[in-house]
Amino acid sequence: MLDDFLIRAGLAGVGLSLATGPLGSFVVWRRMAYFGDATAHAAILGVALSFASGLPLYAGTLIVALGMAATVSALAGRGHAMDTALGVLAHSALAFGLVAVSFLPNVRVDLSAYLFGDILAVSRADLLWVWGGALAVLALLVWRWQGLLTATVNEELAQAEGIDPRRERLALTLALALVVAVSIKIVGALLIAALLIIPAAAARGLSRSPEAMAVLAVALSMLAVLAGLQLSLRLDTPAGPSIVAAAACLFIVALPLARLRRG
Amino acid sequence: MTALIEARGLTVRHGGVAVLANVDFAIAPGEIVTVVGPNGSGKSTLIRALIGLAPAAEGSVHRRPGLRIGYVPQRLQVDAGLPMTVRRFLSLPRRVADRDAAAALARVGVADLGARQMAGLSGGQFQRVLLARALLSGPDILMLDEPTQGLDQPGVAGFYRLIEEVRAETRAAILMVSHDLHVVMSATDRVICLNGHVCCEGTPQVVTDAPEYRALFGLGTGGALALYRHQHDHDHDGDHGHGHDPAHPHHIHGPDCNHGAHDAG
Repeated sequence: MLDDFLIRAGLAGVGLSLATGPLGSFVVWRRMAYFGDATAHAAILGVALSFASGLPLYAGTLIVALGMAATVSALAGRGHAMDTALGVLAHSALAFGLVAVSFLPNVRVDLSAYLFGDILAVSRADLLWVWGGALAVLALLVWRWQGLLTATVNEELAQAEGIDPRRERLALTLALALVVAVSIKIVGALLIAALLIIPAAAARGLSRSPEAMAVLAVALSMLAVLAGLQLSLRLDTPAGPSIVAAAACLFIVALPLARLRRG
Repeated sequence: MTALIEARGLTVRHGGVAVLANVDFAIAPGEIVTVVGPNGSGKSTLIRALIGLAPAAEGSVHRRPGLRIGYVPQRLQVDAGLPMTVRRFLSLPRRVADRDAAAALARVGVADLGARQMAGLSGGQFQRVLLARALLSGPDILMLDEPTQGLDQPGVAGFYRLIEEVRAETRAAILMVSHDLHVVMSATDRVICLNGHVCCEGTPQVVTDAPEYRALFGLGTGGALALYRHQHDHDHDGDHGHGHDPAHPHHIHGPDCNHGAHDAG
């Protein structure tokens, strides 16, 4: 069954959704959209690092994504003007990554596979990485769920209950870096943030509790992956953008539904 | 009776600047203490230091071992992107039984709000939900940081009456911070005026029957409010930001200054 590339692609997307649903919800709640972008764009630099050093792709991407996430976290802790700092970091990381890749003499790298993803080329080893990473992120979020949620509602309140908001922020930072690393082959560096934010945003209007929103975001994300794959297959469109386009359509469909619920 | 929390010579600095200097403070079981002071006087810092959120640069803070603190933070806002019912909020960070949650909401007079979204509550409802959440841990002391901010006077009086009832039932001590320098909760045992240091300390004047009181508060507040008469024995040189009375920014604090009654007349 795993011999079929389409099955592998579907499984990779479904596995990734397990992590992007709840993590994307936190990105929406904590207004970390730009933060996700910066971490994701840095992944291209990670790709360059992997090729230059011979490290496995996922390891190189994870290291750079972690470095970027840590840098951004440190900046956030010091109260810099965040959107400017993130704007500088996100796009510089992407630019440096693209420049670095062009310096690699002996490797002919198909960059578009990393910018936009190549989910149809996912191998069995990739599947292991994606599922392993996604399940690790999911486990981390479930384990710390109450603390994460309390710190998201109000840091002071969390502190008074003995929860260290910095530790919770670190947990999310780690989770984000991991998701970026394992999803670069699926949707690509430019669109990872979209896969995090759009399903969660679509789920927002239809949910009454944070848990419901996270679960619904997982479901919508899976739906978007499968619909995008179909689209890509039938119309021969690039897979990553097709998945994000499908997610965007789900978001638009969810808008009037949310209004109906409220009314 | 031993104090629940005691601070001695407490100094707290933010980036080298002393926000609180040499503050002595103690609160006894069941006592109601109101801390008043202008903006930036270190009121919130005092609460944070007493809870242990702000480290003491000098001096000490001693909390009775096993002390349970119910904390109601200032200006909490739930992001509109986060769906959260009142019931779910009460289970943060520890899950509570439905029965306890319902009892806590009923206790603070918002029994029917359980299914409502936090982001859609009015200011007064929100404060009551925060109070309900703080009560769920069975606290020995409730710490409220400007709980009446943004409420109108009947709203403030209603909230103070509620705090009084809660104290009577639970025997929890109350430490409340308020930016209103002259009007405090009438059940207050002790008022502490803070401005980086303790300016003065005393009891509020409960003058519910006086015509001036009626003129000031009307009849709707039901005696929940009282005046506090500051007894300052020192002057803040050139410290016009002290602002005890916006109408008289340059006055000197004498032993007989009674801003509240003056304003009332």
